[in-house]
Amino acid sequence: MQRIGVFVCWCGSNIAGTVDVKAVAEALRSEPGVVFSTDYQYMCSQAGQEIIKEAIKEHKLTGVVVCSCSPRMHEATFRKTAQAAGLNPYMVEIANIREQCSWIHKDMETGTQKAIILGRAAVAKVNLNAPLIPGQTPVTKRALVIGGGIAGIQTALDIAEAGFPVDIVEKKPTIGGKMAQIDKTFPTLDCAACILTPKMVDVAQNENIRIFSYSEVQEVKGFVGNFNVKIKKKARFVKEDVCTGCGICTEKCPQKKVPNEFNLGMDNRRAVYIPFAQAVPKVATIDADYCTMLKTGKCGLCAKVCTAGAIDYTQKDEIIEEQYGAIVAATGFNPISLDKFDEYAYNQSKDVITSLEFERLTNAAGPTAGKLLRPSDGKHPHTIVFVQCVGSRCAACADKGKEYCSKICCMYTAKHAMLTRDKYPDTDVYVFYIDVRTPGKNFDEFYRRAVEEYGVHYIKGMVGKVSPQGDKLMVQASDLLANKQLHIEADLVVLAAAIEPDKSARSIATMLTASMDTNDFFTEAHPKLRPVESPTAGVFLSGTCQGPKDIPETVSQASAAAAKVIGLLAKDKLTSNPCVAHADELMCNGCSSCANVCPYGAISYIDKEFRMPNRTTAIRRVASVNPAVCQGCGACTVACPSGAMDLNGFESAQIIAEVDAICR
Amino acid sequence: MQKITRENLINKAIELLDNGTVSRVLGWKIGEFAYDVTPAVFTTKEDLQKDFIFDDFCNANFSKYLIAETRKAEEKVLVFLKPCDTYSFNQLLTEHRFSREKVYAVGIPCEGMLDIGKIKALAGEGIIDVIPGEGSITVKNLYEEEKTLAYGDVLTERCLSCKSKKHVVYDELMGEEGDVIDSNRFDEVEKIEKMSADERFAFWQSQLSKCIRCNACRDICPACTCEKCVFDNPKSSVNNKAISDSFEEKMFHIIRAFHVAGRCTDCGECSRVCPQGIPLHLLNRKFIKDINSFYGDYQAGQEEGSRAPLINYTFDDLEPGEAVGRGV
Repeated sequence: MQRIGVFVCWCGSNIAGTVDVKAVAEALRSEPGVVFSTDYQYMCSQAGQEIIKEAIKEHKLTGVVVCSCSPRMHEATFRKTAQAAGLNPYMVEIANIREQCSWIHKDMETGTQKAIILGRAAVAKVNLNAPLIPGQTPVTKRALVIGGGIAGIQTALDIAEAGFPVDIVEKKPTIGGKMAQIDKTFPTLDCAACILTPKMVDVAQNENIRIFSYSEVQEVKGFVGNFNVKIKKKARFVKEDVCTGCGICTEKCPQKKVPNEFNLGMDNRRAVYIPFAQAVPKVATIDADYCTMLKTGKCGLCAKVCTAGAIDYTQKDEIIEEQYGAIVAATGFNPISLDKFDEYAYNQSKDVITSLEFERLTNAAGPTAGKLLRPSDGKHPHTIVFVQCVGSRCAACADKGKEYCSKICCMYTAKHAMLTRDKYPDTDVYVFYIDVRTPGKNFDEFYRRAVEEYGVHYIKGMVGKVSPQGDKLMVQASDLLANKQLHIEADLVVLAAAIEPDKSARSIATMLTASMDTNDFFTEAHPKLRPVESPTAGVFLSGTCQGPKDIPETVSQASAAAAKVIGLLAKDKLTSNPCVAHADELMCNGCSSCANVCPYGAISYIDKEFRMPNRTTAIRRVASVNPAVCQGCGACTVACPSGAMDLNGFESAQIIAEVDAICR
Repeated sequence: MQKITRENLINKAIELLDNGTVSRVLGWKIGEFAYDVTPAVFTTKEDLQKDFIFDDFCNANFSKYLIAETRKAEEKVLVFLKPCDTYSFNQLLTEHRFSREKVYAVGIPCEGMLDIGKIKALAGEGIIDVIPGEGSITVKNLYEEEKTLAYGDVLTERCLSCKSKKHVVYDELMGEEGDVIDSNRFDEVEKIEKMSADERFAFWQSQLSKCIRCNACRDICPACTCEKCVFDNPKSSVNNKAISDSFEEKMFHIIRAFHVAGRCTDCGECSRVCPQGIPLHLLNRKFIKDINSFYGDYQAGQEEGSRAPLINYTFDDLEPGEAVGRGV
């Protein structure tokens, strides 16, 4: 029989406000196995922990139940406390009477009743707890960064700087991401390429960094410290180690009608291409969807002009398998599709463009060589209307837009408006906004300059309709401050489309077993205190895959994620979780259900001789769990038909005892 | 097509015993009554000629017997498998329950087996012989009466909604290969799905309360092959859920249906052996129907080594919430 102590925490008024803590302590005192029960204002405080330690010694406790906040907050604290008093840390159970009780109930009576039930369940479990001893697992000292935008680049550089090898997997032919497409950056107006490309070169030259461009993560197995990852290196039909990046093939290729995705389809590239001049790796890629040679077997011009002999039409996708200790998700963002926003006529007129397209139109390496010209007729636009929050903060249009604020649009629109007025003072610039949000260092000053120095017309109100009429765009909008309808004859309309996580993020999250929110942004382990870690151990978050961010924020988060990775890789061993599965060989049928559902590949089978009835023996196939690989998820225990699989610390009998205690 | 007879099977068995392919034969043995056929292991020509039987009452699915039988000796055992038995055979191979190398499987055709319960209901007690005819059977009783019954009226429930006449696995096939049948086996399930929750509860309550916990359904089930059943294991915490009161008694069948979900081949043995006539196969069929509609058609045992949807994961699997929403 256990000797259990119950410790009910007030958490100031957090718990005591809606739960009668004294009544809870009193009620739990008469539960089976309980020999001591008390309450205190802050159990997690030094004094609170002393109460627990003293009670363990004085009452010779063998188990401890703390009725307090979520185990995610203080389970570790109380386990350490128990350990300091000589108790096995796994003899401690937390009944969460804060997040799951006091915070969600308003009525003292209901709250108290529920707290007693939760405490009772924890007591029932501790009655069946057994001491557990953690083991150790080694750490593979290499990191994987998924995504080669500015977030991935910064994370990789920082990890490599600390002396650990890093691999970047980038699905496009070059690293650089969205930042490579941007012209100038707010609020300093540095040229994006000028600050980004040196970093790209650093990545290429760093001995600790390998770049897998035009590649995708295909499979992730294992766990913190020991991930086993399969990377699919897509066939680019050019030998990466031979190609010099001279670009002759990209000039000679006869297939000229391929929409250039780097310029968002506003001009064309060839079937063999290098996305932009400063691409890293500077290696050509053949687009199999357009290459005549690959489609029909006739052409082969690029191979003829290539002096290095780098073209290889027979190249196949390649699978690379590698071990990693830590994985950083840096999968980035995309503007949302505007197909459903008919009111802005995006699909009807070439002169309605997104802000990212505007970046390319004003970029010296863009389709117009940096001259702001209308896509339809190549004429200089004299009236430009910028529309903010297209699909952002759109609670009412959740079917096509996003409820959240995309955060970067106010600032880049101010930048666009300001630069346009600076370069083309004869242009009238209107910006329609719901609110202008400029929190950030030197951000508001920047926006004020756009309004005050550059004379941009900021109008509070939304655009109702854009209709193309002749070569003009009729913009119908409301001015909420003047309370009147506006009709503007515009030459160009620029839409600040909301941003959303890259589509690949969901499948990557699934592979990593990392959680996501309803918008497919990766969830952090704690929004304030662990903002760059995923709740999945060994998985870290960098950049906009976690939420909308501008470049400075992305870079700081990227470095923060790197610091966390370095902290992990610096360790030689990790303490493993002793709550792992084990099979009762006498009951195991060897059916493989558990191995089929195990996400970590921790279960294998052995043939073993067993005594059978009537002095016979039989060789039977039975499951065997590798405790170093098992992560204690418990999937096997529910898949096992015979109940042979069980999980230390979460045994079926313990769970059922909890349920029984709740239903009593 | 030449009909496969008892003699054909005996000759095949003797041939395989004589040439040393197998050392034992798993077959049907004649019982006290004509309809009272039992599974048995034969090792000699004499025993085979004396007791081996093959008629319309050879219902028993031998697949499960192979687990114990293959453990007894190193030599191969001969087993006769009807089409539906081959699905159970494959499923057990998928679950590594016996070694394929220790079995010589002979596929035999099946035109449907008879249900003695139905015959007795129509022809009364005291039956001493059942003589098969064209599309009908003749029943003789103690009182020297004869009664002719239509075949369709006395077929077992599972044969009426037969899913396949095709053998999915064998070493040798006797007779001709049949086809997978587009059966109407889910009609009955749909009928129950259409009931209101209260009606459905009342239906199952009336059925399951007949249960006497004889465990026949579990003992015959080719999916219930655990070394130690959770219901016999006091440590499993499940056994006491199914014994303490009359409601929990019903939980036995519900828990069992969950245990075989995704592994049940719909062989129908559970309902066939139930002495109380509970349509247990409908519980399993409901699972099969739901699995099909949630994850795409899947037939357990059709392919050796196939990953059942419930122990597999694909990116386009439906979210648990969707399943709840669609559940009836």
